[in-house]
Amino acid sequence: MISARDVSVAFGDIEVLTGVTLSVETGEFVGLVGPNGAGKTTLLRTLNGILEPDEGGIAVNGEQISDCSSKQISREVGTVPQDTHIGFSFTAEQIVEMGRTPHRSRLDWSDEARPVENALQRAEVEHLREREITELSGGERQRVLLARALAQEPSVLVLDEPTGSLDINHQVSVLELVTDLVRDGRAAIAAIHDLELAARFCDRLILLHEGTIRASGSPATVLSDDKLDEAFDTTTTVSENPVTGAPTVAAIGERPDRDARIHVAGGGAVGQEAIRTLWQAGFEVSVGPVPENDVAAQLADQLGLPLVTAPAFDGPGASHRQEASALAREANAIVLVDGPGRESLRNGYPSENSAVPVVRANLGNSAETARGDGGTVESVQSVDAVAQSVITLLRRRGRGPERTESLEGKRET
Amino acid sequence: MRVVLQALLWSGMLAVALVGVVLTSATIGPADLSYAVVAKATLNALVVPSGLHPEVTTASVGSLEFPFPLVDISYTDLFSFPVDERDQIIVEDIRLPRIVLGAVVGFALGTAGTVMQGFFRNPMADPSIIGVSSGAAVGAVATIAFPLAIPFGLQTAAFTGALITAAVVYLIATENGRTPVATLLLAGVAIQTFLGAVISYMLLHTGESLNEAVVWLMGHLNRSTWSDVEVTLPITVIFFLILIAYARDLNVLLLGEEDAQSLGIEVERTKRLLLAGSSIITAAAVAVAGVIGFVGLIIPHMMRLVVGADHRILIPTSALAGGTFLVIADTFARSGPAEVPVGIVTAAVGAPFFLFLLRRREVHAL
Repeated sequence: MISARDVSVAFGDIEVLTGVTLSVETGEFVGLVGPNGAGKTTLLRTLNGILEPDEGGIAVNGEQISDCSSKQISREVGTVPQDTHIGFSFTAEQIVEMGRTPHRSRLDWSDEARPVENALQRAEVEHLREREITELSGGERQRVLLARALAQEPSVLVLDEPTGSLDINHQVSVLELVTDLVRDGRAAIAAIHDLELAARFCDRLILLHEGTIRASGSPATVLSDDKLDEAFDTTTTVSENPVTGAPTVAAIGERPDRDARIHVAGGGAVGQEAIRTLWQAGFEVSVGPVPENDVAAQLADQLGLPLVTAPAFDGPGASHRQEASALAREANAIVLVDGPGRESLRNGYPSENSAVPVVRANLGNSAETARGDGGTVESVQSVDAVAQSVITLLRRRGRGPERTESLEGKRET
Repeated sequence: MRVVLQALLWSGMLAVALVGVVLTSATIGPADLSYAVVAKATLNALVVPSGLHPEVTTASVGSLEFPFPLVDISYTDLFSFPVDERDQIIVEDIRLPRIVLGAVVGFALGTAGTVMQGFFRNPMADPSIIGVSSGAAVGAVATIAFPLAIPFGLQTAAFTGALITAAVVYLIATENGRTPVATLLLAGVAIQTFLGAVISYMLLHTGESLNEAVVWLMGHLNRSTWSDVEVTLPITVIFFLILIAYARDLNVLLLGEEDAQSLGIEVERTKRLLLAGSSIITAAAVAVAGVIGFVGLIIPHMMRLVVGADHRILIPTSALAGGTFLVIADTFARSGPAEVPVGIVTAAVGAPFFLFLLRRREVHAL
């Protein structure tokens, strides 16, 4: 059994773990899930004594590890590293034998066949014993490293992404093996990237996000927790896998292709706001026609966007209209804003019958309603809704949620 | 016991080879001696320490005099075969000191090279990688260039220079009690470059003794005496035994420091010990023989091809092979028409051989 009490770890000024408290009982397999950078690896490195926490402490079978030597800790805690770069020619058996290090004195060079043999058998790598570790496949190497941890005869196993670089068949077989080892009377905690695998094999999941535990409990409850969406910054849906019976998670995502360009017609404060919203949502934006020196024109200029301006009092001429129409035609969607310049585009460009979907922002002007063009035109009443409405329109047109991942970061900034 | 047996078997074979090479080398020289004469004279030369006589004399540094303890060891001869007196002198006083010192130096460099390559997990590491040889060279060249300013003998100066340099490099690379291997490597390279400048500058001021300084820098075994062996041999043996005691820790360290710690190794302490041990053993060798390159680099690679990566076998075999190699190289160095520094021979023979192994793709990693 291993437990962490109120553990905080900082690297310089950056706090990586904050007040983490958890415990893994003997016979329990706990999965540590969370997005990249959540602090999973740091937590595991603290649990196995590699890192010393700035606050709080780790106890293994009731003993504080800060009071123990590295040797004493490694008799109780066996670690399976994420990916070991072993660039020299030890055989698998020699690697597994090194797992006996904590149990033997420095000058004891005798063979200690039994524990090594047991570990090789248990991890089903006996046939690999004479092979050099550099020649093994990722799955075989992972099992050898697991055997090395078993040779330590630990009561706790700490695994960092044991399935990270493996094919799906090896992922399953490695986790099945860990599950068996836990049933034999060990405690295990593993960082597992794949939520579905974690849910299928672990007794309990712990969701780590920004260095704190956000949720903990059975796989089904953790996966359906709102905190999961928050941690991964996406929308997920949980269903039951018909074969394994374990909960499965699918990320749906919400945002369209970041390459999409939106043309904004109409300036003024509202136009400016629409441009900003769309730009921040990760769209490319083009603007026009708008009067020179209009606030929207100024913003577009600052952002370096394609822009068509017309003299402030003369109104747009035919050339301006053509230019703006050309931009609009190439766009993935058009946003018509109540503001200077809008009418000119509408007059010069039959947008509502075109292939380009239109969002009409009738801010504060509910008198104007959408025409019934069956889905290509949407009317919205607030600037915030502009981006959402564009997204919805684009998705309806099949511009894919499949590439939403890349948008996530942009949306944050 | 498999590892112990393997280590003993390989070491036994290489020890026999070393003895054979030593005896053969002792037959070669201006005076032609037969194996029988050499064997008998060598046995006559064998002694065992039979008594210790500590005494206190005074030593003076500049105008200061202070008491200085000396330990006088008396030896007893083991054998007394009848050998012509001239032949006995040639073997015992002229050839053997040089050959035995060569064996000891090669042994030390082979050991240190193996440990450094494992420690740095870097196939280009050699015993001098943290500046030990450069430090020794500074001490030695300073003594040659400014004989009046340096109160110790050349070898003491070289030994001290080597250890100071290793300590400085270690301290520069250490922060908060941790010594990242990469930082150590870079600090070593920088210090070596800096000391190179110091050495070059001092060479300009050696005047008539330039030749002596250059010969020292190339690595040499001429003018070796039994007293060189008396100092270098015990240091080499003691630190070899310490390093071999940590051979298993070194194996585990090769898995990476984090893995090693999770397997119960006190990583930083072990690293300090390995670094100190191999630096001292290198310093002891370099101080008496100058900068002999390539032995500590190629011998571990060759032996790794033969015996594998386990340092419990690799360290003793590399040590013995290093001794054997250096005795052979020095025999060539002294038996040509004009004697050349042995460092030239080791580099001239070692580099092409290393390239051959490289082309055969046999040496590509640790």
